[in-house]
Amino acid sequence: MTAPSASATELASQLLAGNVAAGARAIRWLEDRDPRSEALLAAILPHCGRAHLVGITGPPGAGKSTLVDASIQYLRSSGTRVGVIAVDPSSPYTGGAVLGDRVRMQRHATDPGVFIRSMGTRGDLGGLAHATFDAMAVMDAMGYEVVVVETVGVGQDEVDIARLAHTTVVLSVPGLGDEVQAIKAGVLETGDLFVINKADRPETPALRRQLELMLHLRSMTAANGSWPPQLLETIAHTGQGVEALWASIAQHRQAITAAGSLAQRLGERCEDVFLQTLREEVARETVRMVQQLPGYPISAAAVRTRQCDPYSAAHALLDEYRRSRRSGFDKGAD
Amino acid sequence: MNSTSKPIRVLLAKLGLDTHTIGITVIAHALRDAGMEVIFTGLKQTPEMVVSTAIQEDVDVVGISSLSAAHMRHVPKVLELLHQQGADDKLVVIGGVVPQADAQRLREMGVHEVFTMGAQTADVVNYIRQWITERDRSAARA
Repeated sequence: MTAPSASATELASQLLAGNVAAGARAIRWLEDRDPRSEALLAAILPHCGRAHLVGITGPPGAGKSTLVDASIQYLRSSGTRVGVIAVDPSSPYTGGAVLGDRVRMQRHATDPGVFIRSMGTRGDLGGLAHATFDAMAVMDAMGYEVVVVETVGVGQDEVDIARLAHTTVVLSVPGLGDEVQAIKAGVLETGDLFVINKADRPETPALRRQLELMLHLRSMTAANGSWPPQLLETIAHTGQGVEALWASIAQHRQAITAAGSLAQRLGERCEDVFLQTLREEVARETVRMVQQLPGYPISAAAVRTRQCDPYSAAHALLDEYRRSRRSGFDKGAD
Repeated sequence: MNSTSKPIRVLLAKLGLDTHTIGITVIAHALRDAGMEVIFTGLKQTPEMVVSTAIQEDVDVVGISSLSAAHMRHVPKVLELLHQQGADDKLVVIGGVVPQADAQRLREMGVHEVFTMGAQTADVVNYIRQWITERDRSAARA
C-alpha cells in the first residue's frame, strides 16, 4: 500500500508495475490537483499509447453502464485487461456527487484484470471531468489494454469524449421520442459507431430509420470519409450484439491505424490538454490583473446600474489593460 | 464549488442478502449534500467486493449499512481484508440496526463508529469531517 506521503516517482513506479492501490491513489492526486500530480504525469506519459481508448456516450437511461458491464464480460473472456472510468455529474451547488455507475458492473469488482473508477465531473462540462484524460493515461500506463470511458448522460454536446478517445460509441435507445433530435447537434457528427441499445423494443425500426438517414446525410457532407460510421444493435442486459460491437471497434482501430491517425491521437490529446490548461490559466491570471486596474470598479458599477452594456465595458477594460501593459514594458517593469 | 476542491470520497455498501435500502439512500443524499463523493455499489456485496472497490476508488471512508443482523458475520471479514490488503488507513463506519454489545465488539475489532437508530445525518457528516480533518492534521505533522 502506498503511504500518503509517497513521492511522485515512487507512486509512478508502483503503478507502472501494475499496483492497483497506487494507480487509484495516482488518479486521486490528479483529480484533487495535488501539487505532486504534474511530476507523476510526466513520469507515466512516456509509458502511454498502448491502450485502445473507447468512449461511450448517450442519453441517461440508454444503458451505458450495462453495456460497459457486458463489454467487460466479453473482453475478459479473451483475457483482455480492461480499465473503466465512469463519469457522473457532481452537484454544482455543493460539489458532492452520488456515483452509481458501478452498481451495474460490481460482478467484476474482484477481477484483478479489471480496474473500475468512478469520477464526479467536479464542475466541468461536456460530460467529462478534467481528470478523465489523466486517469485514462494512468490506466494506459498500468497496462490495461482497453480503457473505456463512460460519459455523463447528457446527450447533447459530449463532443469532448471524441477528442479523448480513439473510438467513440454513441448509444441511442428506442422510445425516447425526439431523442435523435437531441443527439444530432454534436455527437452525431463525431461518433464512430452508433448503437441502438434495448433493440428488442418495438420502436427500434423507427429509430434505425432516423439514424440511417442522419448518418447518410453525414456521409455526404463529412470532410474525411475514411471511416463510414456504423450502426449496430445491442441488448446490453443479455449481452446480445456485444461481440459484434467489439468487432466493429477493432475494425475502427485497424482503419485509423492504417490511416496513420492512431499514432497522432495521443499527441493531439496531449496538445489539447496543454492548450486548454493555458486557456484556463491565462484567463484566470488576466482577469485577476484586470480586476486590479483603477477602471475596474468604475466599469463594474456602470454595468450593475445598466449605464453601460457588459460587452463594451469588457472591451474598454481590456484596452485599458493593454495600455497599462505597454507602459509597464516601456518602464522595463512587468 | 471550485476546481481546486478535494471532496471526501465515501464508499457505501450493503453486504449479503440485506435489501433494506432506505437508510443507505438517505445517508447517500446527506453525504452528497455535504459535498462528498459517494460511491454506491448497490446491494448483495461480498466483503471481497467491498474491499476491492474501496481500493480501486481510493475512498477515505467505507460505510456499511446493516439491517439484517448479519453485521457480525460480514464486518469482521471486511476489516480483515482491508488489513491484509494494506488499506486499513480508511475510516470504517457502520449504520443500521446493531445491538450495543455488538457495536462495542465491532469497535474493538477496528470499526471507528457505529450509528444506530435515532442517529442524525448531521452527526454522521460531522463525524466523518472531523475524522478527515484529524487525519490530515496528523499527516501534515508527520
